[in-house]
Amino acid sequence: MESESQNEESKFIENTEELVYKKVDVITFGILSPKMIKKMASAKVVTPELYDKEGYPVDGGLMDIRMGVIDPGLKCKTCGQKLKECPGHFGYIEMARPVIHINFVQRILQILRGTCHECGRALFPQAKINKLKKELTDMDQTYGLDARRKVSKNIMANIKSVGKCPHCTALQAKITLEKPSTYLEDEKRLSPIEVRTRLEKITDEDCELFGLNPEFIRPEWMVLTVLSIPPVTMRPSITLESGERSEDDLTHKLGDIVRINQRLFENINAGAPEIIIEDLWDLLQYHVTTFFNNDVAQLPPARHRSGQPLKTITERIKSKEGRIRHNLAGKRTNFSARTVISPDPMLKLNEVGIPLSFAMKLSIPERVTEWNMAYLKRYIEKGPGVYPGANYIVRPDGKKKKITSETKEQLLEEIQPGYTVERHLMDGDMALFNRQPSLHRMSMMCHKIRVLPGKTLRLNPSVCHPYNADFDGDEMNLHVPQTEEARAEAEILMLVQTQLISPRYGLSVIGSIQDAISGNYLLTKKLVLGKQEAIDLLYSVGVEDFKKLPNKDKIDGKDVFSMILPNDFNFIGFAKGAKKRPVSFADKIDDDEVVMIKNGKLVSGVIDKANLGEGSGFMLRTLHKQYGPDLTLEILSRIFKLGVLTLFRHGFTTAINDTDLPAEAKQKIQDVIAKADADSTDLIKQNEAGELEAIPGRSIQETLELKILEILNKARNETGNLVLKFADKKSHTSVMAESGARGNIINLAQMAAVVGQQAMRGNRITSGYNDRTLSCFKKGDLSPSSRGFIRHGFKTGMSPSEFFFGAMTGRDSLMDTALRTPRSGYLYRRLANALQDLRVEYDETIRDASGKIVQFKYGEDGIDVSKSENGKVNVRRIIENVMSR
Amino acid sequence: MEKVFKEFEGKIPQTMLEEVKNKIPSKITATKLKEILVQVEREYSEAKVDPGEAVGVVGAESIGEPGTQMTLNTFHFAGVAEMNVTTGLPRIIEILDAKATIKTPSMEIYLNKPFNKGKDIRELAISIKETKLGDVTKEFQINVADYSVEVHMNTEKLKELGLTVGKVSKVMQKSLASVNMKQKDDCFILKTKSKDHSLNDLYKLKEKVKGLFICGIKGIKQVLPIKRDEEYIIVTSGTNLKDVLMREEVNKDLTSSNNLQETYAILGIEAVRQLIINEVNKVIEGQGLNVDIRHIMLVADTICQSGRVKGITRYGIVSEKSSVLARTSFETPIKHIINASILGEDDKLDSVVENVMLNQPVPIGTGMPHLTTRKVKE
Repeated sequence: MESESQNEESKFIENTEELVYKKVDVITFGILSPKMIKKMASAKVVTPELYDKEGYPVDGGLMDIRMGVIDPGLKCKTCGQKLKECPGHFGYIEMARPVIHINFVQRILQILRGTCHECGRALFPQAKINKLKKELTDMDQTYGLDARRKVSKNIMANIKSVGKCPHCTALQAKITLEKPSTYLEDEKRLSPIEVRTRLEKITDEDCELFGLNPEFIRPEWMVLTVLSIPPVTMRPSITLESGERSEDDLTHKLGDIVRINQRLFENINAGAPEIIIEDLWDLLQYHVTTFFNNDVAQLPPARHRSGQPLKTITERIKSKEGRIRHNLAGKRTNFSARTVISPDPMLKLNEVGIPLSFAMKLSIPERVTEWNMAYLKRYIEKGPGVYPGANYIVRPDGKKKKITSETKEQLLEEIQPGYTVERHLMDGDMALFNRQPSLHRMSMMCHKIRVLPGKTLRLNPSVCHPYNADFDGDEMNLHVPQTEEARAEAEILMLVQTQLISPRYGLSVIGSIQDAISGNYLLTKKLVLGKQEAIDLLYSVGVEDFKKLPNKDKIDGKDVFSMILPNDFNFIGFAKGAKKRPVSFADKIDDDEVVMIKNGKLVSGVIDKANLGEGSGFMLRTLHKQYGPDLTLEILSRIFKLGVLTLFRHGFTTAINDTDLPAEAKQKIQDVIAKADADSTDLIKQNEAGELEAIPGRSIQETLELKILEILNKARNETGNLVLKFADKKSHTSVMAESGARGNIINLAQMAAVVGQQAMRGNRITSGYNDRTLSCFKKGDLSPSSRGFIRHGFKTGMSPSEFFFGAMTGRDSLMDTALRTPRSGYLYRRLANALQDLRVEYDETIRDASGKIVQFKYGEDGIDVSKSENGKVNVRRIIENVMSR
Repeated sequence: MEKVFKEFEGKIPQTMLEEVKNKIPSKITATKLKEILVQVEREYSEAKVDPGEAVGVVGAESIGEPGTQMTLNTFHFAGVAEMNVTTGLPRIIEILDAKATIKTPSMEIYLNKPFNKGKDIRELAISIKETKLGDVTKEFQINVADYSVEVHMNTEKLKELGLTVGKVSKVMQKSLASVNMKQKDDCFILKTKSKDHSLNDLYKLKEKVKGLFICGIKGIKQVLPIKRDEEYIIVTSGTNLKDVLMREEVNKDLTSSNNLQETYAILGIEAVRQLIINEVNKVIEGQGLNVDIRHIMLVADTICQSGRVKGITRYGIVSEKSSVLARTSFETPIKHIINASILGEDDKLDSVVENVMLNQPVPIGTGMPHLTTRKVKE
């Protein structure tokens, strides 16, 4: 395959250093002709030997230094450059006998079948040839190459065996392929030489019918007469510790080819019997085949002496670890860092704390000008060992110089405008922060650097959600952009505050979590603070203007919260679990379900997960809409601090006695379970008596299962309600559940009362032994307790069988996750691959890379989800705003 | 009032205008209304996508990311009276692959008046269901002495379906030409015409007779009439869109099948697009996730763009790409390189991956605009 690049007209940037940018415009694919192979080769390989006695590469061997150098000190004979400079050059082998290229086997077969072996014309009547050709050019002109490709594919598929050639009336025999690469004509073997002569006969015009473009490909090139040898640089040998050389797999394979090829030459010249020549020829075919592809179905793969298969060209290219996906589509970078992360709620949301040791290793290049020379010289003076210093200076010609205590003086002298200084990272520098798996664009955001003591990367816990991070040992990556363009793009497009609104659903992805939610919940629900206390709290949050604070001795928590909000903020929302109802600002609200903020004052309602949480509620979205990303981020971070610091002063914990229930409640729960037991026993009895009626579309067994499941789920819900009714509302565990900070009422009920039915795939547990789940039950027992109903709570502890059921569902869900991850990963990869080049054009249409229109207007109305409010323009708010004016 | 609205037509999407119409107070002055509409228009134009936005990638992320949160469990019971339907990740994969055979084919049959109010709903449902001979028999007996199969009909069930033994007999005669058939009350006696009596043939005959199609619509395995929003509909497992739509009682506008390929064959590409949107949305909502409909639309439009249903697989959309390197970077790279080399294809490098491979700016977003600086000649 040949690739060829045409260079666009170069563009000039500055007149002092005439930088010439070359851009690849087109890559053309094709097959190398024998002539081309010879032309681009710089050496002909004639001997399988690699090195002579001194260890110097043999002329005409596979490591010939005309094909590039891999030893330090040697110079390439073709370009005169040294190791790392010489890109390598191709060589070639003259094949003693032609050999079929394995990857073109099917094509050759199709062409052989479609052409006459006598005259070489396509086996269509002349009229049809003309018609097809016209169709091809028509399709090409109107719909482009894709359509043309389809047409020729069609022609190929419709080649039928014809008895006689319509051009020369020669009889046509049936040609079959004996895999992997032997052609048979009426059971008689066609040698590659014959194949090649037939292909040579085909006219250029007929080639087009078979989808070959004669400008680039002649069919006979698919049978190799010369073999191109890849440069040495592509297959370097490694020198082992013992001084021995270990050659690359490709070199091994090429050695085999050259050896057999030479023997074949000798035998032919010596006039050896045909059988010997045929055998050698077949062997040569095998080696050339495995050189291209060592994974051909019918051939044993070529192996090392150790028995492990050789990695030849195909294996190098394909699959995830292959050249294309691993090296070409995946890039690696310098100036990056990775360690464990830990939380720091006192950081701003758009900051990342990095260890001092990182800051001294990573650097930012700053160009020296007349104006910043003195400033940059200070860093050079400090050197690489003292923070904040510098590690390198770069001369205008690109030469990099390390700063050490010895070179320092000299470098200080040398430096002048045009030089670049690579200084240490400092507070306020921009860096990209990322956690894998990078599933959406918020997985990689730009943060401002804060250099901190310690050895971990630090982030504000609020940004955990977009990264999907926690602190149980997660590691994250940091990249430092090195050019002005990169920094500008990072700052404008990727900074945390620009990513607040999710493009998935148009609401805030960043909100308060955990203690910040419980804190604000407690504050706005019931806390009343002394004036001093309130001011102290607010001041530590960062509020400095106290004009808004009511001049009273006792200050309500809601007023404290209001201090953070802007003065002209109006909002109506609902607390968690509240029923939505039409409310207007004029209404007087006396419950805490409606969150009403009037002119920056929280009039009613508790602030909980429904309004602070990520991806829920419009409060954060409305703030963002009205005040923009920067202020929202500030408010968000103050809300967070307020919540945490409230708990700091108030005290917050979770204890085992939070799940204590009064005796009355315990009794009631027992009653509920007993009733469920009795009900299901009834059902089972009914079933045994044959009185149960099946639900339409279900068998009687299924009906029974469904009904029992229904009873048991109802019982679990009832116990949940009982727990809710009797549990201590003031207990911190309840507060957490109610505010939505962590856990829910079911978790609480499972601890305090009943764990409930364990379900696998929506059914009760049925598998295990014959007709029973565990050996401690009777066969055919359908009672709740033998089918996975856990009647104890986590606090009281489970019975052995119950524990076992719990373990079963636990394992099941573990498996579900383990199996889901690769499946959804593959779906995502396919989606990304299919959609990656869709973009919005200037005419608002959505088009793919070839310019085909996919949508006339994005999502039918052209709205960008990340600029919308949950996918819409908030008409209600606009109307309310205008009407209240 | 209408005049004011008219003025904004075309500036604001129709749906948004409707929303304003519904939400404004009944007494409103024209100036206030205009003020509202001006502001809606402003916010609308602010919310529009920027040219160059990589909507495809955002869409893929928006569907791929919640994919990790979906359950793999295929079946779920929404209630006692529901059909089993594939949900979660497997269903999404099924839809996006545009599979021809799906795990749980199902239809929602809407009915015309008066049937949608519950008239004869049960009978209707049963008449749609595919009935095989085995469903209306009491038992099959193999008479080893006579080499015959005796089929005893279940008259009650026949009655329920509005059939008679005579009708069944007609059907049987039609499709069992190679069999001698005698009728004795509710019992058919079947004998093979061939001379050599082998028990094996009898068993085969029995199985064949058992699966004989009697009435209903082929392919509809189960029917379930349910009430949804004051209206009775029939949910089925197994689909046959063509034959169901032929029935007079059926509302042809609302009835749908969940099989993409079938819908394409019968209702065409636009119907498939809508079906993809509805089905994906149903799964995502069922999982309690929040994904904007625009992302799903984009995927649906990509699948249907060529006018045929192309799955998001190496044989579907990806094989259609114009760039050789883009196809290569997905799956089966060697195949694509070989085919490209035979054709002498050009890669114009106008999509994303090729440029990533070559370390060049990607033609999307900020990589789209080009600036040319010309050197001033002095």
